[in-house]
Amino acid sequence: MKMPEPDGAVLARRGEIVAALRAIVPGEGVIADDREMRPYESDGLTAYRQLPMVVVLPETTAQVAAILKYCQANGIKVVPRGSGTSLSGGALPLADGVLLGLGKFNRILDIDYANRTVTAQPGVTNLGITHAVQDRGFYYAPDPSSQIACSIGGNVAENSGGVHCLKYGLTTNNVLGVEMVTIDGEILRLGGKHLDSEGYDLLGVLTGSEGLLAVVTEVTVRILRKPATARALLVGFGNSEEAGACVAAIVGAGIIPGGMEMMDGLAINAAEDFVHAGYPRDAGALLIVELDGPEVEVGFLIDRVREIAEAHGATSLRISQNEDERNAFWAGRKAAFPAVGRISPDYYCMDGTIPRRQLPEILSRMTRMSEQYGLRVANVFHAGDGNLHPLILFDANEPGELEKAEAFGSDILRACVELGGVLTGEHGVGVEKRDLMGTMFSEIDLAQQQRLKCAWDPNGLLNPGKVFPTLHRCAELGRMHIQRGQLPFPDLPRF
Amino acid sequence: MTENFRPDNAAQVQDAIAWAVSAETPLELVSRGSKRDVGRPVQAAHTLDLSALCGVGLYEPEELICQAGPGTPVVEIEAILVESRQMMAFEPMDLGPLLGGEAGQGSIGGVFAANLAGPRRIKAGAARDHLLGFTAVTGRGETVKSGGRVVKNVTGYDLSKIVCGSWGTLAALTDLTFKVLPAPEVETTLVINGLDDAAAVRLMSAALGSPHEVSSAAHLPIGIGAGDVSGPATCIRLEGFGPSVAARAEALEGELAGFGGTMGAVDGYLSRDLWRAVRDVEPLTAPLDRPVWRLSVPPMAGPSVVLAIRSAVEGVEYYYDWAGGLIWLAVPAEPDAHASTVRGAVAGAASGHATLIRADEAVRAAVPVFQPQDPGLAALNARLKNSFDPLGVLNPGRMTAGV
Ligand SMILES: Cc1cc2nc3c(=O)[nH]c(=O)nc-3n(C[C@H](O)[C@H](O)[C@H](O)COP(=O)(O)OP(=O)(O)OC[C@H]3O[C@@H](n4cnc5c(N)ncnc54)[C@H](O)[C@@H]3O)c2cc1C
Repeated sequence: MKMPEPDGAVLARRGEIVAALRAIVPGEGVIADDREMRPYESDGLTAYRQLPMVVVLPETTAQVAAILKYCQANGIKVVPRGSGTSLSGGALPLADGVLLGLGKFNRILDIDYANRTVTAQPGVTNLGITHAVQDRGFYYAPDPSSQIACSIGGNVAENSGGVHCLKYGLTTNNVLGVEMVTIDGEILRLGGKHLDSEGYDLLGVLTGSEGLLAVVTEVTVRILRKPATARALLVGFGNSEEAGACVAAIVGAGIIPGGMEMMDGLAINAAEDFVHAGYPRDAGALLIVELDGPEVEVGFLIDRVREIAEAHGATSLRISQNEDERNAFWAGRKAAFPAVGRISPDYYCMDGTIPRRQLPEILSRMTRMSEQYGLRVANVFHAGDGNLHPLILFDANEPGELEKAEAFGSDILRACVELGGVLTGEHGVGVEKRDLMGTMFSEIDLAQQQRLKCAWDPNGLLNPGKVFPTLHRCAELGRMHIQRGQLPFPDLPRF
Repeated sequence: MTENFRPDNAAQVQDAIAWAVSAETPLELVSRGSKRDVGRPVQAAHTLDLSALCGVGLYEPEELICQAGPGTPVVEIEAILVESRQMMAFEPMDLGPLLGGEAGQGSIGGVFAANLAGPRRIKAGAARDHLLGFTAVTGRGETVKSGGRVVKNVTGYDLSKIVCGSWGTLAALTDLTFKVLPAPEVETTLVINGLDDAAAVRLMSAALGSPHEVSSAAHLPIGIGAGDVSGPATCIRLEGFGPSVAARAEALEGELAGFGGTMGAVDGYLSRDLWRAVRDVEPLTAPLDRPVWRLSVPPMAGPSVVLAIRSAVEGVEYYYDWAGGLIWLAVPAEPDAHASTVRGAVAGAASGHATLIRADEAVRAAVPVFQPQDPGLAALNARLKNSFDPLGVLNPGRMTAGV
């Protein structure tokens, strides 16, 4: 993975830059010592590491604005960072860049039950929002598995999802407003406690922009009342095809479950070894279907789903009778990553999405690739929306295995695109999938996306080297090749 | 000479825009033209009519996706979805009659370009939450695609959001893929008669704060009627599976009893008629010469915003949707459509905006139709427009004068 060449002139001015940042953020807020910067050298994608030039941890929006203004004026790159749980290297530092950590922005600013909103600083954790409102029976719906740690600002930057997003949406469907600071140091507000945008939907495009457009310094989200009940079915099938057909039939019957997860044989057994959740070890595929809502509805739908599952060849079927049992059903799925971690020295988590009906095809291709690369792969899968999380098992201490795992992962993602899917369902492009963007987008598509970035960040200083495989100057992107004197096309219908 | 281009396919759309770029001559984009009278009047010599790019190309009920050309009539798509008991959950509204035209004329391209959603917006999201991917020709004359055909995707910037609500000022959509969802088996609406605005908004807040999955909440003040219901009436819609709707309606009735008023209910087609009327602004449609505003504010702020306007302007008619957060408001005709009063009242709320949805062409040329933005945000919007359409050949000035 090649990152942009560090700018020697900037590195040469390091001392001066650190001093300037200390003038903006006094005390402990600027970290320039290599040992103390170590915790920031990577995010959740630990295969990539890089010490930043300097770490700065501002506490106020005014400080963020002053930092960005200074960096813009001095041509210094900036990498925003929330909790550093990105799985795509979005928060990977740059050797000649300032790492701007939002960890000190950790306060909830406003809870408004009547309008059903919470306004929080970006460093508040995802779960922190739910914790702040749960005593009144409310919660924040998007629930990435990393929710204890990941920040709401990072969620906005990555447009994160979770197991409940088929029914309740991703971050983008649940954010109402932000305060953000542009690279010019300008503080702007988008949205608020009302719905929809008066102009272009800048909030919509900022969400999922992976720290490339602006730094988020405040977030307003909508909160929901917690469903009255939730119950889950744990259904075993002989193979993934039957499980996949069952998922299609559930959706086809007009049922959108709160969560619908699938695991393959290897994942089932790894999870069972780890947490003893009572999963059927002999099943080729396991479905967890959670139904939430009013008690009557849940009871009614449990019966419908059971009928559908039985008609699709379920080999085992359990229905949770209480919260403990429901949590036990989930325990294996939630521990799937660490469980796989126990059966292999290392694993590499992928995140492609496919049209659901392509599930048998992608699984059989993965089996072939697995043989070809000589690496095992376990599959956990957000079954409702076709978002795959293949876990490639490897040993980083074996020379060449990391590279092999990465090549295997890239092949899986290329196959997802070939089958009508996409490179990433929720983890983002970051550095990890940057060089695969060309499999989904043409040069023209990518140039237009970069032009959009130019409207926010004309010098390309915010998080460069992420998302886009090739960096172009804005002036070059803005140029137009106009052929004058063409006549309106004679074969173009008019009336 | 004014030309009216009506391309048959996406390649011809690109040809037409490439020509407009080379001639530096603006185009007015229309699909089926049902919303042509919304926004500032466009000064364009030629029209680019996308209505021939029509038809549902792909519909996969089990994948929850549908793909169609921009000119496809909304009614055609709805008819196809109904066969699989599905819907566009954001409830695309039909502006036709409000603008003095016929019902059922709108196109799917127009629905997304305008990002208009109906009463279910508060539960299901707006049009922007349902567009999964598109192909379009930018004002540079280049064909770009974004997003995909799956419901979960974060690859690259989410340009679907930016084209929704851009009113044809960034790119000409040539193909759209959107999310569809199961339609509810039944619906019922609790109707509470007799509440004033403030009490109604409190009741709607309580209903939405309950676990009973309210899908819509509107309040019609005295003198306003929709479907079979006349105001003062606070309407709470419940949708879903039969037994669930019945149980939730019963529970909610009990929980809302303390707010006063008299409780009734409408079911089935009566409920559907009511919400169609609320969605399409039927209560304020006639007389057609009154300007109509659409205000989006924090729900609890709705009544104070309305009060501020009514104390300054006589003869205002209005009602609330989105639990108080959406205000439809008709004002007596005036050259400025009472813009400063309306926008002043919105400024008094914590956040929000006002759009002049219906007014004479002269008024729409004189008054900002879309909410004016602070300079920093306005500049960012202008740069964004420039990144898609540097010469301003697509619907110039439709949203903002000079942009
Ligand atoms: C065990 C595990 C499980 C996970 N499960 C899920 C899951 O189920 N679903 C899912 O979607 N993701 C999941 N993730 C990925 C990750 O948690 C999310 O992407 C999360 O939103 C990242 O938040 P963060 O605060 O850690 O951001 P970081 O990792 O610090 O940063 C992520 C990106 O956001 C940018 N950024 C961060 N804060 C800001 C800000 N305030 N302003 C501007 N840009 C900013 C950074 O520059 C970077 O590009 C998981 C990760 C782990 C380690």
